[in-house]
Amino acid sequence: MKTIRFVAVSWLLQFKMIMRSPFDGIGNVLYPLFFATTAFFVFRAGDSPRTLIYASLGAAVMGMWSSVSTSAGSAMQRERWWGTLELLVVAPRHFVLVLLPSTLGLASVGIYNLVATLLWGRFAFGIDLTIEHPFLFALAVVVTVLSFAGLGLLFAVSFVRFRAAWVLGNFFEYPVWLIGGFLVPLALLPAWVHPISWVLAPTWGMSAIRGAALGGHPLRDALVCLGLGAAYVAVAVLVSQRVLRAARERGTLSLT
Amino acid sequence: MIVAARIFFVGGLTSFRANWYWLTPWIYIPTMLIAPLFQILLFAYIGKSAGLESNEFYLIGNALQYASIPCLFAMAQMIGGERFQNTLSAILVSPAPRIPLFFGRSLPVILNGAFVAGFSLAVGALILGVRFPAGSIAPLALVVLIAALSCTGLGLVNAALSLRIRENAVLSNVIFGFLLIFTGANVPLDALPGWMSTLAQGLPFTHAIEAARQLAAGASLGDVADLLGAEVLVGAIYGVFGYLLLRWFEVLGRKHASLERS
Repeated sequence: MKTIRFVAVSWLLQFKMIMRSPFDGIGNVLYPLFFATTAFFVFRAGDSPRTLIYASLGAAVMGMWSSVSTSAGSAMQRERWWGTLELLVVAPRHFVLVLLPSTLGLASVGIYNLVATLLWGRFAFGIDLTIEHPFLFALAVVVTVLSFAGLGLLFAVSFVRFRAAWVLGNFFEYPVWLIGGFLVPLALLPAWVHPISWVLAPTWGMSAIRGAALGGHPLRDALVCLGLGAAYVAVAVLVSQRVLRAARERGTLSLT
Repeated sequence: MIVAARIFFVGGLTSFRANWYWLTPWIYIPTMLIAPLFQILLFAYIGKSAGLESNEFYLIGNALQYASIPCLFAMAQMIGGERFQNTLSAILVSPAPRIPLFFGRSLPVILNGAFVAGFSLAVGALILGVRFPAGSIAPLALVVLIAALSCTGLGLVNAALSLRIRENAVLSNVIFGFLLIFTGANVPLDALPGWMSTLAQGLPFTHAIEAARQLAAGASLGDVADLLGAEVLVGAIYGVFGYLLLRWFEVLGRKHASLERS
């Protein structure tokens, strides 16, 4: 119970900070909308049977991923800049538990991205989206947010040895947009890309959200997405222990 | 004259090196060389998924449009970077003539922008299997240079706004987004609403992208001269406007003591 309260309170604090950040709270929400708009125009002008609804859902999840990938990679780095990393590391709670609310907060902003993109599609392009399974849709969104937070956490602890961690976060934005099945069906990509897509939670999250919205069977995809999210957190725990031990031994915790 | 040339060339290069000291290969390669390739691939596949246009269309559009990242961000950094290092006031209080001072800082930005776009075009063509006629290579290089020059003009406006706006990274991203939609990089201009394609005529890249596509289709440099002229004109107008805006905001900054506000 104490742990849940700790995560909830920390999440709220992080969420408030993110929403007041011009880059994370405004920039990261606006930026994917430009890509969504471009995609809407491309799909509207094209002659593919894939509809604007397909593009709308894909663009919406693209926005969710953007809010995580760009900033989560540098979540730990930010604490370092602020001079709070040492305090967090010596806190009695496990460090991953301390850092998780930060990436969870970023992933939560993704819900705002999702809604903003769907509304933008509705009002600017007339994309009338009817959700076939509203409950499963909500469930798929929550599962996707959780798994994105897990992947963001893995990024945060993995990139901490790089001074330019933010670059790596940015770097993963386009590739996941491309191979996550958001706007491009996996069948169009080369066969060697498919296994990479399958180990990425965004691929399954996208599939679950699309299945719930358009009338498929999203439960299996949602479960795989959640499972991958849990696996990312488990790996992040192991990585963080190694990284923190190495940083203490070498006295590089406050390296900037 | 010698002083002005010195401020233009030496000052411009020194400023670029000072403001971008942190741009190591670890940062430059992922952001300037690999990211545009993924942008090209993303839209080439979106185009395939939507059944619209060819690989060549998206390759040219995105390779050129990506020059906006180095051009817009570097010009904004011209102000933001100096402010961050507490050198902005020292520069603006100096009696140095402003035209070589500001435009000299643009030269390395143009060259870097052209390099990024040229690299993306060449490597993107190899990845996507796009072949350009041998005779179009040199004219394409000229188009890339003109596109970078034109966008740096807009970058000067961005730099001026950075004297009044703290979040120049967000502003640069927003301008990048508008260029992505409006310039015909990914959506044919005739598929955009009329007001958007009209507005596109006044933006950097629109004419350069069209010229590059015509060259790749076998047109000669003479055939696209009017498009290149329009692109240069657009860049020049933004450049002059940006310069005037810089001077105006400089005066306002002194008046309101807001130059160092960060």
